[in-house]
Amino acid sequence: MNHVTAGHIALEQVSALDPPAIRVSGLSHAIGGRKVLDQIDLTVPSGRFTVLLGQNGAGKTTLFSLISRLYAAQSGRIEVAGQDIARHPAAALAQMGIIFQQRALDLELTAAQNLSYHAALHGISWRETRRRIAEELMRVGLLSEAGRRARSFSGGEMRRLEIARALLHRPRLLLCDEATVGLDIRSRTDILADVRNLVEERGISVLWATHLIDEVHPEDLTIILHRGQIRRVGEASSIVAEMGAATLQEAFRKLTEAS
Amino acid sequence: MTALGWLRCFQGIVWREALRFVHQRSRFISALVRPLIWLFVFAAGFRATLGIAIIPPYDTYILYDEYIVPGLIAMIQLFNGMQSSLSMVYDREMGSMRVLLTSPLPRWFLLICKLSAGAILSLPQIYVFLLIARLYGIELPPWGYLAVIPALLLSGLMLGALGLLLSSVIRQLENFAGVMNFVIFPMFFASSALYPLWKVEEGSPLLRDICAANPFTYAVESIRFLLYCKVDPMSLLLVSGSLIIFMALAIIAYDPSKGMLARIRGGG
Repeated sequence: MNHVTAGHIALEQVSALDPPAIRVSGLSHAIGGRKVLDQIDLTVPSGRFTVLLGQNGAGKTTLFSLISRLYAAQSGRIEVAGQDIARHPAAALAQMGIIFQQRALDLELTAAQNLSYHAALHGISWRETRRRIAEELMRVGLLSEAGRRARSFSGGEMRRLEIARALLHRPRLLLCDEATVGLDIRSRTDILADVRNLVEERGISVLWATHLIDEVHPEDLTIILHRGQIRRVGEASSIVAEMGAATLQEAFRKLTEAS
Repeated sequence: MTALGWLRCFQGIVWREALRFVHQRSRFISALVRPLIWLFVFAAGFRATLGIAIIPPYDTYILYDEYIVPGLIAMIQLFNGMQSSLSMVYDREMGSMRVLLTSPLPRWFLLICKLSAGAILSLPQIYVFLLIARLYGIELPPWGYLAVIPALLLSGLMLGALGLLLSSVIRQLENFAGVMNFVIFPMFFASSALYPLWKVEEGSPLLRDICAANPFTYAVESIRFLLYCKVDPMSLLLVSGSLIIFMALAIIAYDPSKGMLARIRGGG
């Protein structure tokens, strides 16, 4: 538990100037009587790429659902860019773009129509919507496909479209829940690189949930979640060193097998 | 967010539902075929055997197929409301409901937009049905076609709110067959859609009481009266009351802090 607290403090120091992108304290949640998250404390600093690493069933999707207020936490507190999600959900949700694990496109609509719907949900004017759709589709290389129905897109194209959609309302935080699941290696690499670029390009914060260790870079701030509890927080390379492991995979195994 | 932002959100949700409606032509056709079969087959058969006494809002004797029209209009809305419920469950299964629910606008407003979209989109279906009925020979007062709009919107919202409430408790698409058996059929048959309540009472006073307790009866009656440019305040009041109750329950069911959705779909 001590090392979690130490990691918590270290991350807070990184983000001393800005409010953290996400601050979670004392978060617990149970579904059907089973505790899915247990006393989670974590801080995701502003303007960095942070990885939430955990096996399937670790509680990543539940944590994302609570951060995005799909449902409310049973106990604990979540702040997004300094806004308490329970007390000021509108302000908090306006700051965040979300890529869900399960694809959330309307397959009957075209790429542009999917984006336009999202813009409407954020109250963006028609004129501004048209401008931003062109800009974001161009950024992800799908401008020429704007009029194509989402149903005909490949898995990689759908994910790129979802990235464009998530950025349409200019969020300061991007939540990506297993965004590369089900994609081929090339699409996985492209999407991960694109999201990493966003941190540099736009200065936004990214929380990237994954169970794929090869997606983690040594310098990434990494939060290891296992069975609803945080096992370690810190840069991936530090975690490897602290655990006396040769690789992150080995460190991860030691941390998760310890239970 | 400004008032224009809220309006843009409302437009966007209605526009999205309209696009889905246009893309799903079979849904439009099936919504139309169902009441037409009742009109052309069922009502035509009963026309000779069932006489309707002079009861408000009618000023004279009418044929059975004229009597049944308001009930069939409400049937279109009932199926639309349940279809909307089905689409909410589908959206939840497919994940696209998350896009709606993570909008920064309040959830009650998003649900009202969704309901309004459903009620508005049922209007073209109803007017195409009324046009075919007119060509078939059912003449209604010309102003009735306009006067009925408030009743159509009100009953459309009420039945949509019921669908929304059901969508919050239906765990999977497969459970939708239960909605057909336990909601749509009882609501439609145990109402004044097919027979006037005095006629039902002749057969079974208990069934008459059940029909009188069914909000769908009042949706049918509010439509029936306004189609003849008359107002039945009690029906309008009861439809409005049912709308408020169903809407309030649906908003509670979709409230993140109530956790009903969390119980339906857990995380991983």
